[in-house]
Amino acid sequence: MSAVKNPVGAHFGLSDWLLQRLTAVAMAAYTVFMAVLLLWCPPATWADWKALFSGAFVRPATMLFLVALLYHAWVGVRDIIMDYVKPAGLRLALEAAVGATLVAYLVWSASILWGR
Amino acid sequence: MRFRIQRYDPDKDARPYFQDYDVAMGPADRMLLDALVRIKATDDTLALRRSCREGVCGSDAMNINGKNGLACITKLADLAEPVVIKPLPGLPIVRDLIVDMTQFFDQYHSVKPYVIDPRPLPEKERLQSPAERAELDGLYECILCACCSTSCPSFWWNPDKFVGPAGLLNAYRFIADSRDQAVNERLDDLEDPYRLFRCHTIMNCVDVCPKGLNPTLAIGRIKELMVRRAV
Repeated sequence: MSAVKNPVGAHFGLSDWLLQRLTAVAMAAYTVFMAVLLLWCPPATWADWKALFSGAFVRPATMLFLVALLYHAWVGVRDIIMDYVKPAGLRLALEAAVGATLVAYLVWSASILWGR
Repeated sequence: MRFRIQRYDPDKDARPYFQDYDVAMGPADRMLLDALVRIKATDDTLALRRSCREGVCGSDAMNINGKNGLACITKLADLAEPVVIKPLPGLPIVRDLIVDMTQFFDQYHSVKPYVIDPRPLPEKERLQSPAERAELDGLYECILCACCSTSCPSFWWNPDKFVGPAGLLNAYRFIADSRDQAVNERLDDLEDPYRLFRCHTIMNCVDVCPKGLNPTLAIGRIKELMVRRAV
């Protein structure tokens, strides 16, 4: 063990914990909604599918779902890194890599949903 | 009965090993501790802690057939043979079944497990209504045996930073105490990604607690209070 003190007391964590739960509820609601929708009236063609995800409700709802998913993933993956990765430098590097990947996914998701 | 006990003397052994013991049980032997005392009588090199032999002192916590518990209140009749006994997992072994509990007690002391009230001392005692006293039921009974914290994966990975189920149960015991005046300071101290939020609600603590307590519920109450003061 290092002779240097190992302080704790960063005074955050509640909002991440709470948002992890709220995003889970949002994702569950979207999943049920989409499952019912796709079973009820499955899109027959690519044009139907495209029209469905261009809808005034489904498109923002899907974006909200993806934002919830990415934030949920951020909290979860960072928890795993905090649990298992001990060197602070490596931890920071991994967290930065995960964060950058998730932001890239966010941009990608938006470009798919609002792209042509 | 056959017992398979993990032995380790850091001064002599390169690594822990298992030693088998066949014990002829007496008619009055009911609990695992009775068997361990018989083994100790024939092999006094076996090191273990025990004291009250009735589930009150919390000394003889150990890993019994894969599950943490107190030897003195674990019935022999309920155990499959060979009974595999190991020290509590996750803490450094001093010898055989004796572990170094320093990290466990450091975390316990870090939550300031005493009533904090800076006001002048009352003439007599600080009174508590029966309802206020009832808030402490399920909390004050903790005997600090460490069965819960040493069965918690979050405590295994971060014993220096995560308070652990026993420490958090005791933190809530004083948060819930009507006489304590430091609830905000206590919540401030615990609001931390490591001290409190390493708990991932695995609930091994609830599964093993020999006193039937529920640290996960206490941790949930702490989080609930944090949410209530934040939203």
